[in-house]
Amino acid sequence: MSVLPLLLKGVSVHAGGQILIDGIDLEIEAGPKTVILGPNGAGKSLLLRLCHGLIGPTAGKLTWSGSDSTHARRRQGMVFQKPVMLRRSVRANIAYGLKLHEIPTAHRQERIERALAQTGLGHVAERPARVLSVGEQQRLALARAWALQPEVLFLDEPTASLDPSGTGAVERIIEDIHAAGTKIVMTTHDLAQARRVAEDVIFLHNGRLTERASPAKFFSAPESEAARAFLDGRLLW
Amino acid sequence: MSDISTAFVLAFQLIATLDGELVDIVGRSLFVSLTAMVAAAAIGLPLGAVIAVYRFPGRRLVIVALNSLMGLPPVFVGLMVYLLLSRAGPLGVLGLLFTPAAMVIAQTVLIMPIIAALSRDAMRDLYEEYREQLCSLGAQPHHAVLTLLWDGRLRLVTVVMAGFGRAIAEVGAVFIVGGNIAYVTRVMTTTIALEASKGNLALALALGLILVLLAVGVNGVAAMFGGVTSYRRA
Repeated sequence: MSVLPLLLKGVSVHAGGQILIDGIDLEIEAGPKTVILGPNGAGKSLLLRLCHGLIGPTAGKLTWSGSDSTHARRRQGMVFQKPVMLRRSVRANIAYGLKLHEIPTAHRQERIERALAQTGLGHVAERPARVLSVGEQQRLALARAWALQPEVLFLDEPTASLDPSGTGAVERIIEDIHAAGTKIVMTTHDLAQARRVAEDVIFLHNGRLTERASPAKFFSAPESEAARAFLDGRLLW
Repeated sequence: MSDISTAFVLAFQLIATLDGELVDIVGRSLFVSLTAMVAAAAIGLPLGAVIAVYRFPGRRLVIVALNSLMGLPPVFVGLMVYLLLSRAGPLGVLGLLFTPAAMVIAQTVLIMPIIAALSRDAMRDLYEEYREQLCSLGAQPHHAVLTLLWDGRLRLVTVVMAGFGRAIAEVGAVFIVGGNIAYVTRVMTTTIALEASKGNLALALALGLILVLLAVGVNGVAAMFGGVTSYRRA
């Protein structure tokens, strides 16, 4: 049973007297890779956390398809900007999520091996995760999320702290995850990356969704002034 | 001056010849404090992790209480446990007063808050780092508690060592509930206090030296684990 589409209706987040997310209406459907673009502080990470259920909205409603919220929770994964590595081996990091998802032990091994192979981490499987390079750590975060075979994967600026080769590796893995049938929802402030990855663009500015378009349309003829300014590299406040 | 140097010579002789009384006292000290350490860790570590993870009414009160209890005067703990275990006390029927078991109880009460409060601090930092990721992977709070205890194990060793250091070095609580009975409840600190007051400096000094060595050893172990922790964090 699919948990998509995800519907957001008038979703807002207020904190400390500030409006961080302002009345967003959005439908996230299965299929194309969605990229959430916007300058720093636009609310991109917050929107992802909202969708993933890590924080709750101050106002408005998020609804996953199907009524079972526990089921929806189990069908999504998230990879953070700074990879969070459990203080155990690479293999144990992947096993951890599988155990929580109550994957039978007999299947766990096979899934771990596959995830390691798909992310090129087979040779470091027994190493403590925290001694890996940042690029390898981010690949492990992807492997850990992918092993759970999520229907939706949220990625919060997954390459923000990586060098070009690390970025390339992560983008290839994201492509593979997408090809294997997982919906990708990713934030970035990197325009070049957005052009490479996006099949569907959502533009956020000051906590508002100002535009949603196909990449062809968004990058050639953005509708909103904020998006035009962002694409031209003019500073946005 | 010569008295003091004679005392040092005699002290080293006692240590070098593994004097029977000395070994008995050191052995009992270690037994009592290590047992108290294990008991206090068994309660304090999970308690610290639970307080770091769960949000419940009165949580701040528990934290303030634990932090205040860290500084409990040993003589006060001794007195309370004494009242509890004395013939007329609620646990008097157990007949534990003036036994090593009473000393273990007193030291457990003394160091449990230290272990709980320090482990809560350590777990809070770790949970800050882990919270969203664990939640994303589908961990419930009780999973988080177990994960923090396992992943924070190196830092928790230091925490437990701090508890042990406090237990082995305290004199007030074991004095009151143990009674400092020779070959029954006499431990290093109570012997030092007694022998020094009697003017038997050699035994007091020998035990004092061993106590210092133990303190250095415990700190060494803690520093070693602390070093491993920072390496893992890099």
